[in-house]
Amino acid sequence: MSIVSLTPFDLALAAGLIVLLSIVSWAMHLQLERQLIVAAVRMTVQLLLIGLVLKALFANVHPGWMALMATVMLLAAGREVMGRQKRGFAGVWGFGMGTLSMFISSFAITIVALTVIVGPDPWYEPQYAIPLLGMLLGNTMNGIAIGMDRLTHAAYEQRTLIEGRLMLGQSWSKAIEALRSDSIRAGLIPIVNAMMAAGLVSLPGMMTGQILGGNPPMEAVKYQILIMFLIAGGTGLGTMTAVWIGSRRLFDERHRLRLDRLKIK
Amino acid sequence: MSDGLKLKNFSCRSVKAVDLQVVPGQAIGITGPSGTGKSLFLRALADLDPYEGHLALDGEAAAHVPAPQWRRKVALLPAESAWWEDTVGGHFAQVPQGWLQRLGFDEQALQWQVSRLSSGERQRLSLLRLLIQQPRVLLLDEPTANLDAENIVRVESLLSDFRVSQRPAILWVSHDTEQLKRWCDPIFVLAEQRLRPLNAPSRKTPLQQGGAA
Repeated sequence: MSIVSLTPFDLALAAGLIVLLSIVSWAMHLQLERQLIVAAVRMTVQLLLIGLVLKALFANVHPGWMALMATVMLLAAGREVMGRQKRGFAGVWGFGMGTLSMFISSFAITIVALTVIVGPDPWYEPQYAIPLLGMLLGNTMNGIAIGMDRLTHAAYEQRTLIEGRLMLGQSWSKAIEALRSDSIRAGLIPIVNAMMAAGLVSLPGMMTGQILGGNPPMEAVKYQILIMFLIAGGTGLGTMTAVWIGSRRLFDERHRLRLDRLKIK
Repeated sequence: MSDGLKLKNFSCRSVKAVDLQVVPGQAIGITGPSGTGKSLFLRALADLDPYEGHLALDGEAAAHVPAPQWRRKVALLPAESAWWEDTVGGHFAQVPQGWLQRLGFDEQALQWQVSRLSSGERQRLSLLRLLIQQPRVLLLDEPTANLDAENIVRVESLLSDFRVSQRPAILWVSHDTEQLKRWCDPIFVLAEQRLRPLNAPSRKTPLQQGGAA
């Protein structure tokens, strides 16, 4: 099977959809046109750049370059997690918690997947390592962002309730238990739904891409199944870690609710 | 040692350098204009807010007691009570015989939905929930503010019996100075971060009258 290569003209045609959407948005006073165009331009530039970076990485396989690339991806994801929270933790904790949790879950799972399951040679072969890590980070980031946003938002809304429990002599852990479970659940719902719908309602992007790229469907499906398992594991572990650290950080050593540690909005 | 609740050079967000001792069985009253931080003072005593200085119960410093344990002994009844389970009963391990009736409820009350409680019912039930834990110190923040006359009598009567049998130290915050005079000696006014004695002759406390209310 040969790949039908896309020309810039093909992409420009597709971009016409964004233009059309912007015109409609302007006509209907949705005030979305600016954001739409900025997002579309950003997406195009970012992806073209990463294409160049990947091309260079594939040509120069070296663990050092891989480590640098992975670090940049991790930091970008950490920033994204922070940006998506209405009332996240202030200061270095806000960035650190999400980033650390993503590091623990995504990196550990990617490394296990590369060394034990997929087994390319060398194990850090960028053609496998970068897409795997990217997908894990992207999904784990979602889970953590949703979980942390739910946790901090609910703690703020329900402070009377939490403190009421503390007043009766409950430990911090007991007082936040229900919110913590809710937050973890909220973070995991997207991936659970994605697994439920996979193949029935939606053809996952990675698999579609592989098939479009000319791979046999069954190979694409097997990789998609692997990815789904890894993503579920990564999102689950990452969200649990982040929400747990976050819930601990909401209280001090005297079991006081410390909402002053959240950003002021 | 049972020298009750002892504060030495105690400062928090709303008071500065307070020295105070409340011995078991004693009740002291705190009144004063809204917004001077009476509730904040009680919160700090329950170790829910940071404080400076010395805070001890029966000779044991609060800092040396795990916070949850401290709060079970030095129990705060907030003006607005918190309920997290669906039913009233979900908040009680067990209720001593007759206590619900003393506050004007029957046993059915444990099956009630919390969302359907009136503010007065919440207030009475939250007092019950607190007393069951048999605290050594009661920090009462406007405990009868939402109650009608009949229920004020019920609450005070239960508190009075609890006071006789358990001899807790009590800090009672209220705007109702008549009520404070019935219960407390001395009574302080909290203003400008100080506790000043209320200039009024103190009367006998219910305890000295034999616990009747």
